[in-house]
Amino acid sequence: MNRRELSIDDIESLAVGAWVLGTGGGGNPYLPLLNMRALYREGHCVQLMQAADLADDDLVAGAGGMGAPLVGIERMGDPYTLTRAVRAMETHIKRRFTALMSVEIGGGNGVRPLMAAALMNLPVVDSDPMGRAYPEGQMTSTAIGGLAPCPISLVDVRGLESIVHSTPNAKWTERVARKICIEYGSTASMCTPPRTGAEIKKWGIHGTTTKAIRIGETVRRAQRLHEDAVAAILAVEPGVLLFKGKVIDVARRVTEGYLRGVLGIDGLDEFRGVVMRIDFQNEWIVAYRDGEPLAMTPDLICVLDSVSGEAVGSETIRYGQRVTVIALPPPEIFLTPKGLEHVGPRAFGYDLDYRSVFSS
Amino acid sequence: MRRIGIDVGGTNTDAVLIEEGKVAGAVKAPTSEDVTTGILDSLKALGATGVLKAKKIDGVMIGTTHFINAVVQRRHLTKVAALRLGMPASASLPPFCDWPEDLAELVRGGVWMVEGGHEYDGRPFMPLDEAAVTRAAREMKAAGLKSVGISSIFSPLDPGHERRAAELLAKELPDAAITCSSDLGRIGLLERENAGLLNAALADLARDTIAAFENAIQESGIAAPLFITQNDGTVAEAHQARRLPVYSFASGATNSMRGAAYLSGLSDAMVIDVGGTTTDVGQLKHGFPREANSVVKVGGVRTLFRMPDLLSIGLGGGSHVVLDPLKVGPVSVGYRLLKDGIAFGGKQLTTTDVAIALGLLILGDKKKVAQLDAATCRKVLAESARLAEEAIDRMKTEAGDVPLIAVGGGAFLIPDKLPGVSQVIHVEHGDCANAVGAAIAQVSGECDQIFKDLSRTEALSAAQGIANDRAVAAGAARGSLATIESEDMPLAYLPGNSVRVRVRVVGDVAGS
Repeated sequence: MNRRELSIDDIESLAVGAWVLGTGGGGNPYLPLLNMRALYREGHCVQLMQAADLADDDLVAGAGGMGAPLVGIERMGDPYTLTRAVRAMETHIKRRFTALMSVEIGGGNGVRPLMAAALMNLPVVDSDPMGRAYPEGQMTSTAIGGLAPCPISLVDVRGLESIVHSTPNAKWTERVARKICIEYGSTASMCTPPRTGAEIKKWGIHGTTTKAIRIGETVRRAQRLHEDAVAAILAVEPGVLLFKGKVIDVARRVTEGYLRGVLGIDGLDEFRGVVMRIDFQNEWIVAYRDGEPLAMTPDLICVLDSVSGEAVGSETIRYGQRVTVIALPPPEIFLTPKGLEHVGPRAFGYDLDYRSVFSS
Repeated sequence: MRRIGIDVGGTNTDAVLIEEGKVAGAVKAPTSEDVTTGILDSLKALGATGVLKAKKIDGVMIGTTHFINAVVQRRHLTKVAALRLGMPASASLPPFCDWPEDLAELVRGGVWMVEGGHEYDGRPFMPLDEAAVTRAAREMKAAGLKSVGISSIFSPLDPGHERRAAELLAKELPDAAITCSSDLGRIGLLERENAGLLNAALADLARDTIAAFENAIQESGIAAPLFITQNDGTVAEAHQARRLPVYSFASGATNSMRGAAYLSGLSDAMVIDVGGTTTDVGQLKHGFPREANSVVKVGGVRTLFRMPDLLSIGLGGGSHVVLDPLKVGPVSVGYRLLKDGIAFGGKQLTTTDVAIALGLLILGDKKKVAQLDAATCRKVLAESARLAEEAIDRMKTEAGDVPLIAVGGGAFLIPDKLPGVSQVIHVEHGDCANAVGAAIAQVSGECDQIFKDLSRTEALSAAQGIANDRAVAAGAARGSLATIESEDMPLAYLPGNSVRVRVRVVGDVAGS
């Protein structure tokens, strides 16, 4: 079996790269990283495996956090509660999982399955159903593939445990689970619907943990060498530079279990005199340049710290910060008509036809 | 407007008088171990120049690197009891969990985590476990701890649990210094808690240092209010700085950069401040230090402070020099320069000795350094220049050559030509740039309150107006006001579309 033992340095890179792929949401991986450092100090270790090496009847759990990222930096998640979410699912389906997987590679959820994997001594599959971060459960390759929308378990650190047992589709799972999450305080540890090895091989977006590690290594190397980290990302990933500027306004509020708002950036350098506005629902959704839509979901809109090249999240971005906005191409599956139904601008309530920044 | 600016550095204590927008006098005295003597000596020296002449002084503004040095050098730190309200959440990441281990060992007096805290919408996360707080207080007392940092989940939204816990602690520990994280910052439990714990670790040092400042001013006979300069280039009254010393962490660097801008008349340039022990390199943009962009680490601890973006290297006028193999810094003789340097009868070869031997500085006794040949001395200076050049290159954000303002007592180490620099500018009184920056420190105005039944734009502009008026009332020139923080947090649990708005503006002192 082709497995890679992740070193703590790999996980440090994963945290940086997952944050870039988080497109503003998914929560800062720094806190899951701190948990991983503690677990590795205690002697735990995590293996990364390829989806191709899964047996068809293997059972894979998606383990991660749900909620508003702003809440996650006050009520910090822990490996034990996340493991309880996976165990609650095992109890419910009366089967044991053979591997864990990220529910979204972007943001903290790119690192979180490792927290449970360390405690449960299970491997993590190098795939996920988003290839980035999205705010809602049906915005996944697995939902687009029509896989079972439930059950899903939600656990709160105070001892609350819930299972959404039966729903007609992923959108309903998202609606009901979100209500539970809101009652918990807009943060929950969750286990998404169990998937077989065959399902993951067919519908997973593959190699995303490795990709995040690669992006993270690139940023960290550029930082060490005092090179331009944003340029370094664009040299290894097929992305485009959208904007450079200084944050002049952040309006945000926690509603319906999400962090929603609008970011305003004033152009600097070659973008002086131009303004960018980015709407967000946990993640950056649509970027407007001087009022005209410039980039939109499912393209990955990444707001990066102009100095360090590290991602800046919607929950912590602040007035005066100097940022660079780049776009990265989305996984192919989201560009199909069915894919765009799930994650295109209309899925977020925008009356816009998807136009890729990569098509021009 | 007549203000005295004082900079208490690791090596020298500088004092300047700024009068009618000009530097009327500038002096240096060695920093003393008790702080007070150095300040008194510098004020006496300033008086001896004849500029004071019993004139009315509007304010004495002191900037110091004492607090940040304490953390960086791991000295004079108080053991801290950490009390976090928020169990059972976040238990896997306890207070101090992301501190460098050596600093945590020094500061961590104990960790107590009890139930409490709030949700994002203002509901209690858990009721505050008052009995557990009182139990913790007794254990802290038994452990002899006298400084406490309290943090609580979502305390910037509702500081109620932190305040109540502080009351309960004060009953058991009446003499303890208590820092509540809600006084120091915004959302982000770990970073806010870190700031609170650092603040608590500075409790004793802040009390002693600010008492030393007050004694010095009193003994000097100058009847003027004392202000302490803060990280963002503004001043705080002494009693506030005593309570929240972390806000004065990086003021030394901010002061030297703003002093360099003031003395040179340039608003966009690189600044290199060569002190006795360290050299700071930063960049001026529109007359202000470029701010660090995101997370700032202080002595290895992650915080969310607003601080100038600086690179510090161990190079200065007091740097030890080893000739074979050639090595300059990072160790320095610090404030013992005038005793330990060879030109002053001591035994340690320093960069200052080398400059004296070459005739760049007229100081001490040149005969004592006569054995140093010119070629060796030039090699030492070339090595210093190389260290400076490397630091400048790392801090530059543009490719072309930029002007460089060299300030600080060790500015003689910076040659007139450097690669990547269009022009090296040495300014009059540049060796006292920190003190000049302290004297011209700005005043701020802040508004932090809840607005109801207003649109977001209306609430922000109302808060802006209040902050502006407060800054002007505190002495700022209205035309110079600039907003440095603007933040709003909708409070879903309160009726009437309530929003908490925090706006902070700063401005130059009118007539300065």
